[in-house]
Amino acid sequence: MTDTTANTVHFEAGHAHDAHHDADHKPGFFARWFMSTNHKDIGTLYLIFAIMAGIIGGAISGLMRAELAEPGVQYLQAWAGAGATFDEGLHLWNVLITAHGLIMVFFMVMPAMIGGFGNWFVPLMIGAPDMAFPRMNNISFWLLVPAFILLLGSSFVPGGTGMGAGIGWTAYAPLSTSGSQGPAVDMAIFALHLAGASSILGAINFITTIFNMRAPGMTLHKMPLFVWSVLVTAFLLLLALPVLAGAITMLLTDRNFGTSFFDASGGGDPILYQHLFWFFGHPEVYIMILPGFGIVSQIVATFSRKPVFGYLGMAYAMVAIGAVGFIVWAHHMFTVGMDVNTKMYFTAATMVIAVPTGIKIFSWIATMWGGSMSFQTPMMWALGFIFMFTVGGVTGVVLANGGIDNYMHDTYYVVAHFHYVLSLGAVFGLFAGWYYWFGKMWGRNYNELLGQLHFWVFFIGVNILFFPMHFLGLDGMPRRYPDYPDAFQGWNEVATTGYMIMAVGMIFFFVNIFWSLLFGKKTPPNPWGEGATTLEWTLTSPPPYHQFETLPKID
Amino acid sequence: MKKLIKILAVAAALGLAPTAAVAQGTLSSQPKQELTAQPKQAPADAISARSQAAPAQPQEVSDPALASPSGEEPSNAQVAQSTQTAQALGPRATAQVGIGQPDGRMNLQDQFTPIGEEAAWFHNVLLLPVITAISIFVLALMLYVVVRYRRSANPVPSRTTHNTLLEVVWTLVPVIILVVIAIPSIKLLANQYSPPSADLTVKVVGNQWYWTYQYPDNGDFEIVSNGLSDADAKARGEPRMLGVDERMVVPAGATVKLIITSNDVIHAFGVPAFWVKMDAVPGRLNEQWFKVDRPGLYYGQCYELCGARHAYMPIAVEVVPPAQFAAWVASKGGTMGGAQATSGDETATSPISNPDLVTTAGGGATETSPEPMNVIDATATPPVSTQGATESRRGSN
Repeated sequence: MTDTTANTVHFEAGHAHDAHHDADHKPGFFARWFMSTNHKDIGTLYLIFAIMAGIIGGAISGLMRAELAEPGVQYLQAWAGAGATFDEGLHLWNVLITAHGLIMVFFMVMPAMIGGFGNWFVPLMIGAPDMAFPRMNNISFWLLVPAFILLLGSSFVPGGTGMGAGIGWTAYAPLSTSGSQGPAVDMAIFALHLAGASSILGAINFITTIFNMRAPGMTLHKMPLFVWSVLVTAFLLLLALPVLAGAITMLLTDRNFGTSFFDASGGGDPILYQHLFWFFGHPEVYIMILPGFGIVSQIVATFSRKPVFGYLGMAYAMVAIGAVGFIVWAHHMFTVGMDVNTKMYFTAATMVIAVPTGIKIFSWIATMWGGSMSFQTPMMWALGFIFMFTVGGVTGVVLANGGIDNYMHDTYYVVAHFHYVLSLGAVFGLFAGWYYWFGKMWGRNYNELLGQLHFWVFFIGVNILFFPMHFLGLDGMPRRYPDYPDAFQGWNEVATTGYMIMAVGMIFFFVNIFWSLLFGKKTPPNPWGEGATTLEWTLTSPPPYHQFETLPKID
Repeated sequence: MKKLIKILAVAAALGLAPTAAVAQGTLSSQPKQELTAQPKQAPADAISARSQAAPAQPQEVSDPALASPSGEEPSNAQVAQSTQTAQALGPRATAQVGIGQPDGRMNLQDQFTPIGEEAAWFHNVLLLPVITAISIFVLALMLYVVVRYRRSANPVPSRTTHNTLLEVVWTLVPVIILVVIAIPSIKLLANQYSPPSADLTVKVVGNQWYWTYQYPDNGDFEIVSNGLSDADAKARGEPRMLGVDERMVVPAGATVKLIITSNDVIHAFGVPAFWVKMDAVPGRLNEQWFKVDRPGLYYGQCYELCGARHAYMPIAVEVVPPAQFAAWVASKGGTMGGAQATSGDETATSPISNPDLVTTAGGGATETSPEPMNVIDATATPPVSTQGATESRRGSN
C-alpha cells in the first residue's frame, strides 16, 4: 500500500524532457536565493537558517552547561559585560534560557523539520512540481529572518534587571508584563509574532499542496508517512499558532497599552495566559516531533527493505496524537492551583497519548522484524530515535500524573524528559533526515565514517548530558537556576562532561558537510537500493530544478 | 492500599523518630546557632526573652536602616540572653544530610508527609519499575531485531505489513498498563485534595525574591524569610542556597494548611520532602497542606521562574514539637489559642494518627508547655513584622 514505486520508463522520459528544455535553467544568484519561489531552494534556505540557529542555540546551551558545571556563579557576571552587577549576571542567565528555548523551538527544529525537509520532500514525495503557493513559500522563509534578528537583537536592549528578555520561552505573565520593563520583551514578542505568521503561511501552503497537488493515483492512503506527518503538523500549526499570537498580543497590550488581560489587579488572570500559551504549547511539541516520526518511518522502511508495518495505523496514530494533543495542555500547569476534577481529566487524557505513541514504536520494530537491515548512518539515527523517544515517552507517562507533578513540576526531571523527546527525539530525527537525504539534496554522498562517528559520539554525549538530569530532578533540583545547592554538583558535572562529548560529535557533523560537498562521490538517483520506494528516489540527485513537469502516475 | 500506605508511613516514622532525636542531641552544642536561636526558648525563658525582644521591635520597624542583612538586629538584642541560657535553650534544628534536602542521590528525597509516602510509593513501586521494564523491553526487541534481521543474517526481507492480532495486542496492553497506573494516580490526586481539617494555617506570600509567612491563627504575625548569603550559611552550618534567616516554623503532627499567593510575579512554593509544590500567583489564593510528624528541618526552593534572583529565594520549614512552636510563636509576638486550638497544646487537640510517636518526638517540652502559653497569651502585643527584607525590594505591606 505504501509502495509508491512509479513507472520508471515514464520518469526517464520526463527527465529527458527536463534536460532538453529549460527545466534546469536557474535564475541569477540574487533572484534565486533572495526572491526564490522554488521549493527546493527555499528548503535549502530553511536548512541553512536552521543550522545557523542551531549553532547559536547550541552555543548558548554550552554557556549554560559551563556555568552549571560547578556550584556558585562563575561566569555570568563577566559575560553580562564590564561593570555588570551580580543581578545583571543573574538576569543574563534568564536571557540565556529564554533564548535557548525560543531559538531551538522556533528557529532550529521547526524551520529544519517543516521548512527544510517539508519543503524539499513533500512536493517530491507526492509527485508535485512545486508547492501550491511558491511566493507565499518565499515570504514564509523571509519572515523568519527578521524574527530571528529581533530575537537576537532583544539581548542588547534593556529587559528589566539587565539586558535582554529573561522571561523563559513560556513568557509567563506577570514576569513578562509588569515584571520586565524595557523593550527587550516587546522585541521577543514581535519575534514570535513574525515566526508564528511564517509558520501559519507555511502550514496553509502545505495543506493546500498535499490536498491538491498529489500525482494521479496517489490517494491519501498511498502517501508516504513523511507527507502524512507534515500534513498533520500543518494542521496543528494552523490551529495552535493563532492562539499563541492572540496570547502574546495580549501580553503586548498589557505591557504597552494599559490593558489588564493577565493582571489580577485589573481584573485579569495570569493563569489565563498559561492556558492560552499551553493550548498552543502542547500541540507545539507534537509539531516538533511529528515530522521526525515521518522521517523515521521512511528510513526504517528503507533500511529494512520492507514496507512500513501497519501503514494505516501509523498514519492515523499521528492523526490521533495530533488531535489528542489539543486537549491535554493543562498538564503543563498542574501546580497553578487547579480543580481536582480538572487535574484528573488532564491526567487521564495525557496518558491516552501513550497509546498511539506505543503503536508507532511497536510498528517501527515490526517493520524491522523480518526485514533485511543495513545500518548506514541514517538508520543509526533512526534506531537511536526510536529508543531515546521511548525513554522520553515513558518519563512523560510519569509526568502525566497530576499527583506526581507536585514533586516533579519544574524540576530537572522535566528538563530531562523534554530533552529526551526533543534533543534526542526531534534532533535525532533531523540528523536521520539529513543523512538520509544528504545525497539527494546536494548530489554528493556524505562520508559514512564521519557520519557513524557523529552518531556514536553524539549519542553517547547527549545521554551522559541528559540522563543524569533525571536524578537531579528526582532529588528536587529546580529548573532555570544558574546556581544550585552543592549536593547537585556531582550529576551536574557529569552533565557538563556529556555536553563536551556531544560538542565533539558535532565537529564530525560539520567536517562531514564540508568534506562531502567537496570530495563526496556523486550520488546516484537511488543510493539506498530496493528499500527506497518513494518518488524522490526516482529523480536524479540533486533533482532537476523543476521536476515532474509531466506528472508521474502511481499504480 | 490505604492500609499498606499507612503501614509504610508508620514504619518510616518509627525508623526516623530515633534519628531525629540523635540529630537534635548532637547539634545542640553548636555555639553559633545561638545567635539566631529565637524559636527554641524553653517556655520559662521565653517569657523573659520576650520582654527583651519586644522593645527591639518598634525600633526596627521605625528605622529602615536597621533592617540589616540576615536580621541580626533582633538577635543582638538577645545575645546576652542567649549565651546566658545557652544550655537551657532547645536546639535550633539543623540541616541533616539526606533529610529534607538534596544529597546527590538517584531517587526521590525521603518523604515525611502521608501524601509524600503515598506518592513516593506510587512512583517507586509502580511507575519506576513499569517505565524501566517498558524501556528495557523496547531495547531488547530492538537489539534482537538488529542482530536477527541484519542483512547478512536475513538477506531476503519478508513482505509482512499486517498482523491484526499483534496490532490489537499492542494497543490493548498499553491501555491496560495505563489503567493500572491511572487508578493509584487518581487516588493520589483525590487524597491530595481531601485534607484533614487544618490545625494551623500559614499564609505564604512570594515576593521578588523572598518569602513571607503569616500566621493568621496566631495573631497574624508575619515572618520575612530571606535566603542566607554563602558566608552566613556556612557560619550557621546550613547548606548553601537553602538556608534562610527566618524559617517557617510549624508544629509536628499538625495538619498545616498553606494559603499561597504572591505580591508580584508568579513564584512556586515547593518542598520536595513534603511532596508539596504550588504556584504563588498574584491575585489568587492557592491551597496546599501537609502534616509532618517528625521534627526537623526541611528545605525547599522557588520552582517558577520569577526574575533575576529566582534561584535565591529558598524555603526552610522547621517542624518542632508543639510546645516549642508555642514558644516560638510567643517570641514572634503571636498568640496561641486562636479560634479553635485552646490553651496552646497542639498535641492535645490535633488529630494525630499515631499519638505515641508524636509524644516521643515532642520530647520533654510537652509537659511544661500549657502554662506559659497562657501567660504569653495575656501579654501578647499587636502583631508586627519583626524584621526587614534583606537586600530585597519590598512592597509596602
